[in-house]
Amino acid sequence: MPGSATLIEVDNLGVRLNTSRGPAQAVRGVSFALKRGETLGLVGESGCGKSVTALSLMGLLPESAVVTGSIKLDGAELARLPDAEYCKLRGNRISMIFQEPMTALNPMHTIGHQVAEPLRRHKRYSAAQARKEAIALLDRVGLPDPAKRIDAYPHQFSGGQRQRVTIAMALACEPDLLIADEPTTALDVTIQGQILDLVADLVEERGMSMILISHDLGVIAENVQRMMVMYGGTVVESGPTNEVFRRMGHPYTQGLFRARPKLGARKGTRLTTISGTVPELADLPSGCTFADRCPLVIERCRSALPPMVEVGAGHNVRCIRTDVSMAANVGALSA
Amino acid sequence: MSVFVLRRVLTLLATLVGASVIIFLVLDALPGNAAQMLMGADASPDAVRALTIKLGLDQPLAIRYLQWIKGIVVGDLGNSYVYGTPVASLIAERLVLTVPLAIMSMLITVVLALSAGIYTAANHNKLGDVGVMSLTQVGIALPNFWFAILLVLLFAVRLQWLSAGGFAGWDDGIWLGVKSLLLPSISLAVVQAAILARVTRSAVLEVLREDFVRTARAKGLGKREVLWSHVLRNAMIPVMTVMGLQFANLLAGTIVIENVFYLPGLGRLIFQSIANRDLIVVRNCVMLLAAMVVIVNFVVDVLYAFIDPRIKVHDL
Repeated sequence: MPGSATLIEVDNLGVRLNTSRGPAQAVRGVSFALKRGETLGLVGESGCGKSVTALSLMGLLPESAVVTGSIKLDGAELARLPDAEYCKLRGNRISMIFQEPMTALNPMHTIGHQVAEPLRRHKRYSAAQARKEAIALLDRVGLPDPAKRIDAYPHQFSGGQRQRVTIAMALACEPDLLIADEPTTALDVTIQGQILDLVADLVEERGMSMILISHDLGVIAENVQRMMVMYGGTVVESGPTNEVFRRMGHPYTQGLFRARPKLGARKGTRLTTISGTVPELADLPSGCTFADRCPLVIERCRSALPPMVEVGAGHNVRCIRTDVSMAANVGALSA
Repeated sequence: MSVFVLRRVLTLLATLVGASVIIFLVLDALPGNAAQMLMGADASPDAVRALTIKLGLDQPLAIRYLQWIKGIVVGDLGNSYVYGTPVASLIAERLVLTVPLAIMSMLITVVLALSAGIYTAANHNKLGDVGVMSLTQVGIALPNFWFAILLVLLFAVRLQWLSAGGFAGWDDGIWLGVKSLLLPSISLAVVQAAILARVTRSAVLEVLREDFVRTARAKGLGKREVLWSHVLRNAMIPVMTVMGLQFANLLAGTIVIENVFYLPGLGRLIFQSIANRDLIVVRNCVMLLAAMVVIVNFVVDVLYAFIDPRIKVHDL
């Protein structure tokens, strides 16, 4: 049955980047599988490896990056695929929406040209066909008056409209997998909801799989079926979204949840933070990457990277102190 | 186009007026009286005074300036003090050489610089990049007249492919004319190309880091396609700006290079006229060069608007 077949399977993915501070293991031991039509959220702070994971799925890491492990799309290996082969997949079977709609579009080309580009390339549409399809796509993503505005340039649109344009571009060839990397972070709060609803509708309508990357737990909670929390290049917690929110297992996830600003808090209440800073990927500690900031840390945490522990159906936590953390976290949602 | 172009045209005219005032004042302040020079050191003061009056040099500064400007507008630039012939036709004869020389040098500059700049940016930090960039470093350090002499030694003296100097004219076919301008234009172009190649490289590298390049790659375009269809046009603005500025250098370079190659061009005319105190010729030639530079930069400004859709709307 194609509806339940595994679309993408990532196994023990590792990415080493060359940074100005020396080689850095930006991602290590990331594994997950995604079925057709399934949605997965990636949460974490900046620099936790979520965008690098996404870019490695797109094959768009810098040339100097070293990718280990395996990424399979419908069973075919993508890791270390030659660029020419990857070009046939990008924008065609795997698409991506980026964070900054203001800079993600080429200022010198009309939006019509940019939306038509993947159609011309992957589907070999004629200019007229591609233009017609581009108008239909722009109409579908809710850009007002697309037939008239197709020859306008990006600077003539607002941020929200531009993000609609990049969504139209990403969807042009009806990809199997859509990766949305913080698609609403740069937008006004009032627009964020509209864009997320649009993406959710399109995913549903076209039966795509989606990986949604965000640092915003609220966005993740409302938009994906399963989620993975990343920290220091590793997945520290993963599971069905409801299950994770009901019983957060990792002290980092709990900290992230407590750190979100709350409406209706008393004036003058300080925001809760996680003490310390994100570790530099160039010199990660040998044990648990969160050890230095963890309230529950014990000596054993620092000796080796903790294994994933299953704490519920499909719910895994990379922590050796779940007995304590999960006991202390009863009723996380009401916290 | 409208307001954008209109504003640029007004700037252009204002610049030309400013340039004409400066040129006029500077040449007027130079020591040495043209009448005295023409008559020789032994001439009687009366004769010198008579010639001064005949040349109109006794008139007040402002009157002489306005007469000059009026002459430019109606196309009468006066007669050369030395040759007695109209300055306009003297200049026209020389432009037949200098304009093609400038165009050829600019073409060679652009072709060399863009190919080197794009190649090195596409192969950033690889061997080819380092190699070509070292060459441009050498190119920048070369004085063009010295490089011209090296070219003559190789192509004219040793290989005997081209002549060491002189201009064949256009009457015996275009190729002969082009051939005699080949070495001069190469020597003018190399230094300029070295600078422009570096500008092109950094402009392309900067655009390659832009988000929309990643978007284009995410659509499935290969690196080369992204370079040609998305990067180059964005990188052209700084490149064209420098090109416009270099045009001034290039014209100044013709004065030296035309002397090295014995070319009867505008540069050589200026050089000779300065030596002869033929200030009326110098003044008009310098004004012409200034006008060429200003007009080229005006064209560059207008081209911006064609390349970058944001400029037009912004200025309307």
